[in-house]
Amino acid sequence: MVTINDYKGGMEPTWCPGCGNFGILAGLKRALAEADVEPHRVQLISGIGCGSKIPHYMRANGFHTLHGRALPVATGARLANHGMKVIVVHGDGDGYGMGGNHFIHAARRNIGLVDLVQNNAVYGLTKGQYSPTSPPGFKSKTSPEGALEQPVNPLSLALAAGATFVARAYPLDMEHFAAVIRQAMDHPGYALIDTLQVCVTFNPAQSYVWYKKRVYKLEDEEGYDTSDRASAMVRALEFGDRIPTGVLYQDAEAPSYEDRLPALAGGPLAERPLRHLPMEAYEAIKQEFI
Amino acid sequence: MVGSRIAIKFAGAAGQGVESNGALLARTLARGGLHVFGRKDYESRIRGGLNFLRIDVAEEPIHGHGTGIHLLLAQTVEAVEQFADVIVPGGGVVYDEGLDVDQAALRDRDIVPMPAPLVKIAKEIGGRPVMAGAASVAVAAAVFDFPLDALLETLGRQFAKKGDEVVDANRAVARAAYEFGSQTHAAEFRFHLSALDDPPERMLLDGNQAFAYGALVGGCNFVAGYPMTPGTSILEWLAGHGASHGVVVKHSEDEIAALNMVIGAAHMGARALTPTSGGGFALMVEALSLAGMTETPAVIVLAQRPGPSTGLATRTEQADLKFALSAGHGEFPRIVLAPGSIEECFEAGWRAFNLAEQFQLPVIVLTEHFLATSTRTLDPTAFDLSRVFIDRGALLEGQELDELDVPYVRYEVTHTGVSPRALPGHPKAVFAITGNEHTTTGALSEDAEIRVTQHLKRMSKLDTAAAQMRPPSWYGPDGAEHTLVCWGGTVGPAREAAALLGARGLSVNVLQFADLWPLNHEAAEAELAKAGRLIAVEGNATAQLASVLRAELGCHIDTRVLKWDGRPLSPDFIAERVAEEV
Repeated sequence: MVTINDYKGGMEPTWCPGCGNFGILAGLKRALAEADVEPHRVQLISGIGCGSKIPHYMRANGFHTLHGRALPVATGARLANHGMKVIVVHGDGDGYGMGGNHFIHAARRNIGLVDLVQNNAVYGLTKGQYSPTSPPGFKSKTSPEGALEQPVNPLSLALAAGATFVARAYPLDMEHFAAVIRQAMDHPGYALIDTLQVCVTFNPAQSYVWYKKRVYKLEDEEGYDTSDRASAMVRALEFGDRIPTGVLYQDAEAPSYEDRLPALAGGPLAERPLRHLPMEAYEAIKQEFI
Repeated sequence: MVGSRIAIKFAGAAGQGVESNGALLARTLARGGLHVFGRKDYESRIRGGLNFLRIDVAEEPIHGHGTGIHLLLAQTVEAVEQFADVIVPGGGVVYDEGLDVDQAALRDRDIVPMPAPLVKIAKEIGGRPVMAGAASVAVAAAVFDFPLDALLETLGRQFAKKGDEVVDANRAVARAAYEFGSQTHAAEFRFHLSALDDPPERMLLDGNQAFAYGALVGGCNFVAGYPMTPGTSILEWLAGHGASHGVVVKHSEDEIAALNMVIGAAHMGARALTPTSGGGFALMVEALSLAGMTETPAVIVLAQRPGPSTGLATRTEQADLKFALSAGHGEFPRIVLAPGSIEECFEAGWRAFNLAEQFQLPVIVLTEHFLATSTRTLDPTAFDLSRVFIDRGALLEGQELDELDVPYVRYEVTHTGVSPRALPGHPKAVFAITGNEHTTTGALSEDAEIRVTQHLKRMSKLDTAAAQMRPPSWYGPDGAEHTLVCWGGTVGPAREAAALLGARGLSVNVLQFADLWPLNHEAAEAELAKAGRLIAVEGNATAQLASVLRAELGCHIDTRVLKWDGRPLSPDFIAERVAEEV
């Protein structure tokens, strides 16, 4: 039986006191322990930012990559060893800005990744510039007169791109957060968890109090059907006085990309010898050139 | 055969089957035991323009394309006008009788016009006008007096997948067109091609196919890439063999994703490859640096084409050597290989992965459009699969990890710079790595001493690798008075140029640099000491290899034969320019 302690390890986090990442780290460890997944069967892939240091702050396999590029690195990792849980943890700058193109394609590809986006609507590590999810008018060092763009709506974007699992979570409700992560891990294909993260230093307006007044759970809504994509789209567009959390949409029947690849029918690449066919199978190719 | 070589050119608009007709004739000639060298030239468009495919044929191996042509197969009047100049006296032009070609003008230049009812035969006998291509190839075979059987066999093989009906129709068209050619034009045409008695089997393939095949045999099991000429056909060839041979081939959303996917896959233990060209490689540069910092084996094929920017999208150049050597922010080790022949492309296909895993770094294989897309006949034994070996370097096997009694350390400092590598998934080796500077365990660190130690560890792999890099290779007479210094696909034409110059009484040999980086200084200096007066022969405007040799070895090469018009250096061009210079 795996416990949270199995995931304990690494360095002390360098996050600010009160940072939302502490809750995300705790929730992730809890979900992994509850799912009884051993640390060596997990491959974390992160981008660049405060929260992307997460692989250094827990005991699991980790790859702290480039800003915005966690998804393609994770895609390669998953295709090379789909026997492992590959979990992407990166911020809104990574996931919805720099890596926006990868986000759309990972969603439509339905690759078996958990994509946990620490969405704090601001750039923290570079010290306070506006992000792709900052609200209109958001004043920051790079938007001194207020942000002029509409924020990216990650949930509607994921739905439009064909994602088969679209969720939002609020880590302060640890039990619910961990449950959403577990559901995402059980999902065969791509699973987005837009994670509401408080940045106490650079985005104090979207504080714990601010979120507490707004978040609600979709599972508490009578008759909400997670298989109804149109209803999910309506909830995805809701971000104001009320902010939905939980699973907005799931199509658990959709096969993952890796399940549909004939080249992977024989099992994970990493567990098979290189050049696993008899030499005649390679020699025979010469006939194609004759 | 009159003279030692015959050249045939297929020319027409894009979409008219220049390439497929050319391939049909090339395969037919190869089936007759002849050696063939085929060079494509096409514009970046789907329809129209003027594309051509040139085939040089001889009884001995060919390494470059000549200038004059003996037979032109023209699909447009424009093609006749464009290429009439390069047809040798007594040569001919095959074209459909419906084209309004000025026959008298051709006759004035001692060229035989050979109108033929190609479309008519295709429609009436084959039932489909597209078979006019097979008809034109049949007329060509007929006027060269080359046996029809070789063409019929080739058609059988080429259309086998489309079924007997298609094969039979094409054969019927070929028979009729061959008969027409024999009766109407053969007597007037003075050039001939004969099949060998009991011809050996010959493969006909290009540099990209050879590389891709080498990669497959070398255990490559992951490919990610975004189509870009001239790298695309590597992606396509491996995609075509992925399901049968257990290779995951991912057409990615862009080249940034491609190399990052390769890094992710390689980290988990795949042998991962991405093929591209200069523009795509430009997008991969940040990830290249990540591979360098995290010591992740990755193989990148940079099939060059002329830049800057979109440049001449479907043509050739060798102008990305310095880019390949310096791409990426910060200092990190890499290996750069530049195969110079189709055989070397095959070898690079598997050797690149061995080097990448032995030294845990990115390996860039530099080719260029000319080498990547030109076809050449090879004996099937040219690819000796028993010589192909897989060396994964200091990769810890599961059993070694089982026996670990201390925590696994990913970046252990060693005298070679290479640290034992574990793959994620083993309970004894749970580890995290990062593109940030890091400690021996992979943990983030800003410590100055750790920085220096880890940086030196990584860079020391260059010295370790340099000792295994091969010396430059020689072609032509030992101790020649003049030495052509070249790399990549230019080597083949340079070899032929040296022979042409030799026939004119000049003493010329060729020194080829294939293992470009890290340069094995000792080996390179030893070979350069044997060289004659050095002449740099390169497909760029600034003699990039010469510049690298000067920076690395203090070797001055002041005489240069360079070409950067998007067209490959031909043996004739090199020979003329060298003759002027010496």
